[in-house]
Amino acid sequence: VESRRTLADAIREDCGQTGTHIGCEHGVCGACTVLVNGEPVRSCLMFAQQADGKQIRTVEGLADGDEMHPMQRAFMENHGLQCGFCTPGFLMLAVGVLEREPDISDHDLVDVLSSNLCRCTGYQNIIKAVRAAAVEMRQS
Amino acid sequence: VTAAAKPGLVGQSVTRKEDGPLLRGQGKFAADINFPNQLYMRVVRSNYAHGNIVSVDLAPALAIPGVVAAWSFADVSEIPPIDFRLTRLEQLAAYRQTILAKDKVRYVGDPVAVVFAEDPYLAEDAAEHVEVEIEELPVILQADGEVGEFRDGLPTETALIEKGYGDVDGAFAKAHAVVSLSLSIGRHSGVPLETRGAIGRYIAETDMLEMYGAAKVPHWNRDQLAKMFGRTAANTNLFEGHVGGGFGIRGEMYPEDVLVCLAALRLGRPVKWIEDRREHLIAANHSRQQTHHIRAAIDRDGNILAIDNEFFHDQGGYMRTHAATVPDLAAAMLPGPYRIPAYRVLGHIRLTNKTPGGTYRAPGRYESTFVRERLLDAVAAKVGISGVEVRRRNLIATSEMPVTRALETLGTDIVLDSGDYPKLLDKALNGIGWDDLQTQITSRRKAGELVGSGVAMFVEKSGLGPFDDVRINVGTDGLVEVVTGAASVGQGVETVIAQICAEKLGASYDNVSVIHGQTNRIARGLGAFASRVSVMTGEATRQAALKLRDKALAAAAELMQLTADQLDIVDGEIVRLDGGTGPSMTLGEIAKALEPGGNLVGDSEPGLFAEASFESKHMTYPYGVHVAVVSLARDTGGISVERYLVAYDIGKAINPMLVDGQIVGGVAQGIGGALYEEFTYDDRGEPLAVTFADYLMPTAREVPDVEVIISEDAPSPLNPMGLKGAGEGGTNAVGAAIAAAIDDALGQPGAITQLPVSPQRVKALLNAKV
Repeated sequence: VESRRTLADAIREDCGQTGTHIGCEHGVCGACTVLVNGEPVRSCLMFAQQADGKQIRTVEGLADGDEMHPMQRAFMENHGLQCGFCTPGFLMLAVGVLEREPDISDHDLVDVLSSNLCRCTGYQNIIKAVRAAAVEMRQS
Repeated sequence: VTAAAKPGLVGQSVTRKEDGPLLRGQGKFAADINFPNQLYMRVVRSNYAHGNIVSVDLAPALAIPGVVAAWSFADVSEIPPIDFRLTRLEQLAAYRQTILAKDKVRYVGDPVAVVFAEDPYLAEDAAEHVEVEIEELPVILQADGEVGEFRDGLPTETALIEKGYGDVDGAFAKAHAVVSLSLSIGRHSGVPLETRGAIGRYIAETDMLEMYGAAKVPHWNRDQLAKMFGRTAANTNLFEGHVGGGFGIRGEMYPEDVLVCLAALRLGRPVKWIEDRREHLIAANHSRQQTHHIRAAIDRDGNILAIDNEFFHDQGGYMRTHAATVPDLAAAMLPGPYRIPAYRVLGHIRLTNKTPGGTYRAPGRYESTFVRERLLDAVAAKVGISGVEVRRRNLIATSEMPVTRALETLGTDIVLDSGDYPKLLDKALNGIGWDDLQTQITSRRKAGELVGSGVAMFVEKSGLGPFDDVRINVGTDGLVEVVTGAASVGQGVETVIAQICAEKLGASYDNVSVIHGQTNRIARGLGAFASRVSVMTGEATRQAALKLRDKALAAAAELMQLTADQLDIVDGEIVRLDGGTGPSMTLGEIAKALEPGGNLVGDSEPGLFAEASFESKHMTYPYGVHVAVVSLARDTGGISVERYLVAYDIGKAINPMLVDGQIVGGVAQGIGGALYEEFTYDDRGEPLAVTFADYLMPTAREVPDVEVIISEDAPSPLNPMGLKGAGEGGTNAVGAAIAAAIDDALGQPGAITQLPVSPQRVKALLNAKV
């Protein structure tokens, strides 16, 4: 790929995985968050070449066939999305953090979630959804 | 089973039909749409706030391999300026925006040229090679300063809004006291997470022009595009995919929408444009910026005898599709829930050298509620009563409903259709535990904390007509399709319309799909604005579903040799009301019998479908109460919203979970405008908020766990389900309630006169107090 091509563009345009969204292209909104070797990363701030040899997980990889990931289900049940544009970024952020730190405190969880922007929900249902999924993910 | 005993879907918090694809990353937002052989458009924008265009040299861009075309105004001069959609005043026509700037630029971001290239990176490179020479002119940045010249002697004061009723001067002459305030609301906007985007495509063999990435008002935009290009609506179609937030700004017709379509027509290739965030913050509609000078005449008890208001609306560089809508709504809705015997308002619509304005969630009301509620607080302070008491004294009583305001807006007379305002105030105060709260606040203050509470009330408007059409069709597979002229901007249209359809028809919710935003599926439609969809499309859906039910039952009765009144439809199946057993039928089987050539068709039109139109000349008026509790940091002036309660009466909630979501999301945006978000400019008109690091939207840290009371005391008499729209009440009074709470925390009544309230402002007020 061209050296200046962002990871976000490579995922969307070259791999055709358009679930990763671009909201600001300057690393603030987090809509483009993907997991690079398990760590949440703003894919608009990373060049595709920097991801060479690394494992990338996007929202398309969360569900197991028809079976949604507990995080996806929790977002649906808690009305954690409206327009759905920021949702893939929040899902990847939350899954990435909970997989690394399953017992994260509520306070720290809100801190983590405050790193992404949502314009529709006012965040409370996102926080509820992530807390609910955290409980389920710990049990499984 | 009887019809009445059926579990009602309307009123239930069912999960959304929209969620599955969105959660799986299968959404189709504008940027996700691609066509083979497409070109990419990039807009060259003015770097000057005001200036004469001396020259635009496209040649350096055109010389780059892979650049297919580039245009300046000379190339698009035959395309008329973008017309008004709402609140047209003829004298405003001269101030409309052309799709590329003609001889002057009027804000930083004004489109001057466009380039089309094989690749988006290349298009962006090429745009930087277009050489634009501009002779800078002095800028106007204050809407309430001197009037300047737009061009050829046309003043920058584009129109005056004048409304009112009653003997205002008489009331002031006999007033016990007069309370006067000057108040300002900052410039901010909807700023959806998805930037704008549009893809134009021309299909030569069928002479069909298509635009993807439409939102909000696809039918109106289709008609306009057809008109601008000398085409017909029949060979122009707009398609709405997923829309990443609307809030009023998204989906209006902008220059870029016209440009991608024109390019598709001229270049014979699909043309894609995706806005970047910097562009969005300087080019998409701004909103809200107004300065008001308001006076109230009051008696000794704090009863308002008259309100006299003059305000200045900062419209930015051009009049866009909303024309006078925002200031008109501000003027018309200012009296709110109060008994205002006489009222006079004069609004100045002024152009400035900033991004043009349009509507943003609760347009005109966020502004005028701030102004009115600040006034109520000032009246309370003047006569020495509480903020709650001054509101109680002035609220319209239920016995007075309906109230005709002698004001009109959006082409309708304002008739407050129903409401029990005092009861909702009680609900809100009980909900937050007002008396306990005051005790807590008192003791915390004794401990040295700066903490306070504020109350604000408002009347919203919703359900703007004049019509909405719905067609419901049942396929032979039993699947139900509801075709609407509505639009979805993420608010859950498919879910609520499916709930209504499923309940009224007797179909299963899972089997109902809802079409919106597709101009090739329904002849006309008004889309999604003014909290209109649940009310207008919802009622049309109810009517169509009931017609369809009658049709299905009549056919079933004939097939089953029973009468229709012996039958019911439950979950898509025809059941006997007497509980009798025997062969049963499904909606799909009835559809089959009604197919062309089917055994039941006879002389009538084949198919199991029904259509309905709902017409309404008046809006419905939901109403609400906001209560805010804030604390202030003495050292930094930092403002923390500790608690927030919204009580909102919407007549009837179709899906309370979605209503709650609308309210909480609305509050978050209101908090943004009250405390954080502002489009600021330097003294040359250079925008200073061009990234999300400068334009500060609330995060999960800034938005409290909003307490919501959904009230259904006052169903609207204007539609049988009693619906009123829920989309804007969460936003409406946030600025007002937070300002009151900050005043209270400071112990300085009337201290907050301007939004957003910054920590610096609070710190300055704290220092002044010492």
